[in-house]
Amino acid sequence: MKPGYYKISAAVILLSVFFTACIKDLDTIPLDKDVYTSEKLYQDFNNYEKVIAKVYAGLALTGQKAPDGDQDILGLDEGASQYTRALFNVQELPTDEAICGWGDADLQDYNTMRWSSSNTYVANMYYRIIYQVSLANEFLRESTDSKLSERGFSAEQKAIINAYRAEARWLRAFSYYHAIDLYGAAPFVTENDKVGAFLPKKASRTELFDYVESELLAIENELKAPRTNEYGRVDRAAAWMVLAHLYLNAEVYGKGAKYNETVTYAKKVIDAGYELEDNYSKMFGADNHLAKGIIFAIPFDGTLTKSWGGTTFLVNAAIGGSMTPADYGTGANWGGLRLRPEFVGKFPTDNSDKRKKFYTNGQTLSISTISDFSNGYACIKWTNKTSTGVAGSNSTHADTDLPVYRLADAYLMYAEAVLRGATNGTAAEALGYVNQVRDKAYGNTSGRITLAQLTLPWILDERAREFYWECHRRSDLIRFGQFSGGTYVWQWKGGVKDGQATDAKFDLYPIPDSDLGANPNLKPQNTGY
Amino acid sequence: MKRRFLTMLSLLFLGILVSGALSAQGIRVTGKVTDAEDGSALIGVTIQEKGTTNGTISDVNGNYSLTVAPAATLAISYVGYAPQEVAVNNQTTVNISLAIGELRLQEVLVIGYGTARKEDLTGSVQAVNSENFNPGIVSSPQEMVIGKMAGVQITTGGGAPGEGATIRIRGGSSLKASNDPLIVIDGVAVDIDGPSGMRNPLSTINSNDIETFTVLKDASATAIYGSRASNGVVIITTKKGTKGQPFTVNYTGSVSVSTPVEYVDVFSASEFKKIISTKYASQPAVQALLGSSETNWQKEIYRTALSNDHNINFSGGLKKFPYRVSLGYTNQDGILKTDNLERLTGAVNITPSFFDDHLKLELNVKGMNIDNVFANRGAIGAAVAMDPTQARDFVWLTPTGTPEFTATMNPMIQLSDRKDISTVNRFLGNFTAEYKLHFFPALKAKLNLGLDKSHTEGSINIPRDSYLSYSTLVGKGEKTVYEQNKTNSLLDFYFDYNGEFGGHSRVNFVAGYSWQHFYRDGSTVRTTKYHETVFENSEDKTENYLISFFGRLNYILKDKYLLTFTLRDDGSSKFSPETRWGLFPSAAFAWNISKENFLSNSNLISNLKLRLGYGITGQQNITDNNYPYQANYTFAQPGGYYPFGDRYVQVARPDGYDAGLKWEETTTYNAGLDYGFLKDRINGEIDVYYRETADLINEIPVPAGTNLTNFITTNVGDLINKGVEFSINANVVSKADLSWDLGFNATYNVNEITKLTAVDDSTYQGVATGGIGGGTGNTIQIHSVNYPANSFFVMEQVYGSNGKPIENLFVDRDGDGIISTSGDKYRYQKPAPTVLLGFSSMVEWKNFDFSFNGRVSLGNYIYNNINSGQGAYAYMANTNYLQNKVRNLEYTQFETIHYFSDYYVENGSFMKLDNIALGYNFNNVGGEKLKMRVYATAQNLFMITKYSGLDPEVFSGIDNNIYPRPRTFLLGISLTY
Repeated sequence: MKPGYYKISAAVILLSVFFTACIKDLDTIPLDKDVYTSEKLYQDFNNYEKVIAKVYAGLALTGQKAPDGDQDILGLDEGASQYTRALFNVQELPTDEAICGWGDADLQDYNTMRWSSSNTYVANMYYRIIYQVSLANEFLRESTDSKLSERGFSAEQKAIINAYRAEARWLRAFSYYHAIDLYGAAPFVTENDKVGAFLPKKASRTELFDYVESELLAIENELKAPRTNEYGRVDRAAAWMVLAHLYLNAEVYGKGAKYNETVTYAKKVIDAGYELEDNYSKMFGADNHLAKGIIFAIPFDGTLTKSWGGTTFLVNAAIGGSMTPADYGTGANWGGLRLRPEFVGKFPTDNSDKRKKFYTNGQTLSISTISDFSNGYACIKWTNKTSTGVAGSNSTHADTDLPVYRLADAYLMYAEAVLRGATNGTAAEALGYVNQVRDKAYGNTSGRITLAQLTLPWILDERAREFYWECHRRSDLIRFGQFSGGTYVWQWKGGVKDGQATDAKFDLYPIPDSDLGANPNLKPQNTGY
Repeated sequence: MKRRFLTMLSLLFLGILVSGALSAQGIRVTGKVTDAEDGSALIGVTIQEKGTTNGTISDVNGNYSLTVAPAATLAISYVGYAPQEVAVNNQTTVNISLAIGELRLQEVLVIGYGTARKEDLTGSVQAVNSENFNPGIVSSPQEMVIGKMAGVQITTGGGAPGEGATIRIRGGSSLKASNDPLIVIDGVAVDIDGPSGMRNPLSTINSNDIETFTVLKDASATAIYGSRASNGVVIITTKKGTKGQPFTVNYTGSVSVSTPVEYVDVFSASEFKKIISTKYASQPAVQALLGSSETNWQKEIYRTALSNDHNINFSGGLKKFPYRVSLGYTNQDGILKTDNLERLTGAVNITPSFFDDHLKLELNVKGMNIDNVFANRGAIGAAVAMDPTQARDFVWLTPTGTPEFTATMNPMIQLSDRKDISTVNRFLGNFTAEYKLHFFPALKAKLNLGLDKSHTEGSINIPRDSYLSYSTLVGKGEKTVYEQNKTNSLLDFYFDYNGEFGGHSRVNFVAGYSWQHFYRDGSTVRTTKYHETVFENSEDKTENYLISFFGRLNYILKDKYLLTFTLRDDGSSKFSPETRWGLFPSAAFAWNISKENFLSNSNLISNLKLRLGYGITGQQNITDNNYPYQANYTFAQPGGYYPFGDRYVQVARPDGYDAGLKWEETTTYNAGLDYGFLKDRINGEIDVYYRETADLINEIPVPAGTNLTNFITTNVGDLINKGVEFSINANVVSKADLSWDLGFNATYNVNEITKLTAVDDSTYQGVATGGIGGGTGNTIQIHSVNYPANSFFVMEQVYGSNGKPIENLFVDRDGDGIISTSGDKYRYQKPAPTVLLGFSSMVEWKNFDFSFNGRVSLGNYIYNNINSGQGAYAYMANTNYLQNKVRNLEYTQFETIHYFSDYYVENGSFMKLDNIALGYNFNNVGGEKLKMRVYATAQNLFMITKYSGLDPEVFSGIDNNIYPRPRTFLLGISLTY
């Protein structure tokens, strides 16, 4: 061997050492101080609160940069895919309570009850629901008892984390409840599934019903007692409210009548020590975290908790025409949402019912042109103003929280269940609850009704008056058989000005095409789509 | 400060100039240089004393004189002719006759990790060198080769100074991952994203410093770059000094004037008044909103822009130190008022060699300092929609006197009140050492160290009480400050072996290792003017590594049969240890038919080569995330907190990830024919290719519930690109005082998505893309199986007997009796051109030269978002404000907006004359050594198109108020000493 080859050999050996060292460079971890690996994050007890807070925040926010940016779910408009904005669109827009004038084609199909499985608004709600399930699953996977022990947390710390676990399960049940109500089916995933490529099984409406029911019953006693948890977090009463709704609608969901159970859980809420709020407006203004009668509200803050959905959407989208935004504590007028005349007609023509929060100056009652804001009365129920008239902290984003469950809802559910045949409640008690709600609405006893007036149709109308624009209307109309079909028509239902009958398929939303394409287990599509 | 720096450096190099001018002594040789074929005098031939810096150039009559050592050898070189060497042998008269060289023989092309004679190549490689660049380009180097190469589509983003451009080689091979080619500058593969605060990452290099722009197109040529080669490779080399070259100083300067070509056709003040007063006659409140001025808002926001550009460079071969030093200064105004770019560039190249050329060193250093003023582009759209009856300072107000936000913003205030500036400093340099082993000279070892470092500082300011800031936080102004640092480093080490066997075989073998690190950090703070409220305070920091082993074997038998194999093994830190390594092979064969006996003596056919290639290349360029396979958590920014009682908790989100993410692979088949006739006076190439990308890195909906997001970046889907390329260059006339070159190229490319979901599903519609202006989250394009990427997804408009679209009447394509955007949309055309043609002509007559070049694009469709958004009466009259509309409304008479009508998808085919240039060369100005050239160019001179908007050349296919490309006239001078 020539001397030169020794040199080459030596060089080759040196180079191999060098290469091996460099190959290690490929093992990178995030450098950003705001990004943690999963392993590092869960070592620190303080971070569990931050993760459970994200599961909650999935109901209010759309990403990690507020009001927009670093989106949670992709491929959809960030603001329109916010949980409660999407919920408002699916629950209110196709009904007699609301209409939106914006030019977005898929939104117009909501106004007119003509959506298809490729409609992006169908996807907005669907993916938000399942996203909540995924977030809750991730927290539950990472906070099992064995993992907590491995990480060496104390019994006290474990107890705190276990309370979070119960809340994560509530949040998952709450979103699966929306899947039952809106889509009638959903991919079934729990914390036992790992993140990654697999095709979840489809859970039918009744399977989901059983699952949500069993979950809520299982955590009932793990959740904090009513009114003892921190604001913004759920307690036992929130679980009772979901159960009451589940049972009230059990016939629609294919589980047969469960009105006794409805009464049982409505009654638990009623007896939990909540009081009705005297000032209806206070429950929908910037200081509604101080209002009475709210069991669980999704909190918003103009500075710290903000998105383009939530109450920001409910306040700003309802302002237009000759309205002055400052009158409602905001600086924005998005000019979209109004009321339909059929809903307006549910109120007395005078202003005796103080829940009637309409703006009529320059507005017509009837809607000839959907895109024209002056067509249809405007709604000023939601504001960014406190009960003392002070504007919220930000001129665009509302401080107003969004009440999800209110005591009045428990009262009216009790009454409805009794009227529908529950045997564990009485009509007299029902009338008492209903009249309590009426007293607050009128500010005196002039709004009271008699036992003879307490009928199912009256309940439906009263629910409209009490809960309009609170994301209940579609479910209520379906329970009364008045959503699709021709029993009850309103302006623009079915795409014509004076309304027309629609296909019964619209009682359920379709599973979005994109998920049907990604997961064949979800087939067949809901009937009619 | 910038100008002072320029002066200092000029002085420094003046010193070098003086020292270089001192020269040798000996005998004086004179003579004449003529063409061997026709005996005509050759002008400008370089005659040099071999091995020294001493040299001269022949005059207009072909005569030269040079004082040399009595025993010297003259080296004679001239573009297009074979070089010659003549011994002086004490003669005082040496006449030289030069023969036309076979062009292709001299053509040495830069390829990955080395150079190769064009003759020896098996892949599809095309180069444009500085003589053939489009003239008159100042700060966007991509534009210098627009239309010059078949298969290469370059689309500028608009008409701003130094605007970036999109380069596509043979169509896009990806959907979510980047479709940009890899760019290698002097051996350093750069990060195509470039520093923030810059419009164009390539404007780092002064156009005057670029020597060649080489494009590697097929897998055989690109596979040596493995993982980043799927979209082709662009190799840019800069000018360098050469050994023995006489000292040369060159100054090039130009001034240019740019003007807007056309404006969007909107209603004039009087027309607008007329419409409002008739259509809204019954609404006095609307009438009352009309103003009394006549303002052409578009004329107000644009201007005639002036620019100037200066470059001085020194080059020479100071003994063993060939060098080139270049300094440039550019100041360009945009036609949109306030828009400006001011740039200072510097470049130093030193290429010394030692030990009898056994050790070659090369140092390339480029520095740049750029100051940008970004005009507020919101003014472009606002000028279209602003009420022309209002005065220049008019602002729409609500009845209570606060600004009305839903109204059109005043474009003049948008321009004056938003100050958006940035300063970028960038250093790009590399050092290479090539050592030819003394004991084994066939083997070379080469080390290349590169560094690309940049720093950006930028800010956006809106003053307190400015009307622009009312929408965010009542009049408190806005201040955004951002900063970015980028450091990309590179180390390549490889061996290069060249051997000959048995007198018939040649072998070239390259094997090496490459290491690259990309790092960036940055911060953004967005507050009100006096920091009362913080909107954003974010920092980010990220990095990724790429490590590769590569090898290439070229085997050439009898100069006729050529084989190339390449193999690259790439490791990317973006993938998990299980999937991060990707192996990318290629093989190619070429046959030099013209070297076969039956053709070698042909007078007609001078070159005929068949090339066949196959290869697999990869893609890992996921631009928004360096850790897509990891389970990571992201903490929220302020505003993204959630309250637990009175405490606002900074929430932590588990991010979606795909642990199995891996390389996207593109398989390319290429067949090509190189041809040359009449000593290559006519030459060109024909290529046919088929590219299939599998395991597309794609953002697709995941089965809901299986991940921590609904869309994930994963490997799902296939797409194909197939096409034909043709190019021809002809030296039509070649006389002593007249030459005429013509070039033409044609590209045909078809793109089709063949798979998009993990599970076959014929009912799957596709992934919506192509966001448009107007509405909430509306998109106009879709990626669907069996259709080209980004196909328009629209409703089929029904037309009346008068040919006009009937409002709100569309074809019920799904036949369900309901016309709805959910069910009745269809895929109609796509934005990418089917056929691209490029043509150029260059005539040199005596001292004049005249050239032009242009392009034709066919089959590219465009969505006219200006007409769709502004072509309806809707929102013309609102409660508190009025809005102007486009003239298209006169035709359609649409009451409401129909974004999804296919009426707005127009054929955007066009022909453009991009450049015309006229130059004159003075050979004897103040002494024979000083040469001067003056030239004038005109850019964007005319366009033929049926498109109803301003300019159909928009890469995305969505025309939504792009920065209009101006018409530019430029006058330049070049002095060489």
